[in-house]
Amino acid sequence: MKQSLIALLSGLQFGAGLAVSGMADPQRVQAFLDLTGAWDPTLAFVMGGAMIPMALAWMIQRRMAAPVGGGTFELPGTSRIDGNLAIGALLFGIGWGIGGLCPGPAIADLAIAPVSAATFIAAMLVGMAAHKLIPQ
Amino acid sequence: MILPGYPDALPLQGLIGGLMIGLAAAIMLLGLGRIAGVSGMAARATGIGGGSTPQGLAIAFIVGLPLGAMIINLLVAPVEATFPASPWPLLIGGLIVGFGTRLGSGCTSGHGVCGMSRLSPRSLMATALFMASGFATVGLMRLGGVL
Repeated sequence: MKQSLIALLSGLQFGAGLAVSGMADPQRVQAFLDLTGAWDPTLAFVMGGAMIPMALAWMIQRRMAAPVGGGTFELPGTSRIDGNLAIGALLFGIGWGIGGLCPGPAIADLAIAPVSAATFIAAMLVGMAAHKLIPQ
Repeated sequence: MILPGYPDALPLQGLIGGLMIGLAAAIMLLGLGRIAGVSGMAARATGIGGGSTPQGLAIAFIVGLPLGAMIINLLVAPVEATFPASPWPLLIGGLIVGFGTRLGSGCTSGHGVCGMSRLSPRSLMATALFMASGFATVGLMRLGGVL
């Protein structure tokens, strides 16, 4: 229960941050990627802002034995760079550019533009499910 | 606040919203010991992806995203969201984003926000690559007259 509330709070805060930052607007995100058009640097401010609390959080995390909500730290490795990472990231960037949408803003936009957001999310889930068909 | 040369940019809102997003990811990291990566959480919430995160926690996080945006939209200021007019960019973009984020183990939140602030070489590489292909894709769309 306590853990679910922490997860909900994190999601709420994340969605609110996306809405405040302008990143819920696919057109604005796409304009950041549009170097030869009317470039919009807003996304760089968002990324820069997000780095500050998270850099502090990583420093605090190193001194903690366990998360506040209980359980253990379940964190991915940081060093392995392989073909899957590279091809996956390159593909993600292509899809991001085409629609101006990545997963966070798309899901947050269910509250703002439900039909368009749901269209993107439905296709995204199909893409995610398709990945499972690849032999690991 | 207006950024000289970029009248449409929102530097202050971007910075404040970014701080809020960073705090959200910090709550997930220090509160539950996990990465606030939206693609991974979405896959886990829907049962498409496995992993150590309990499905209920992933669902709670994912449900919070539109609720947070709704609160800002209702109580603070209307949230702008201009989507492509045609469904095709949404469908094609969505498919590629879904596949790519699973193959590459993350997106703008997991690799971008959480991984870069950790100075994870893996996430720095992923972010550099998806930024580069994003720039190239929109550049090609400009050249091709699609934008």
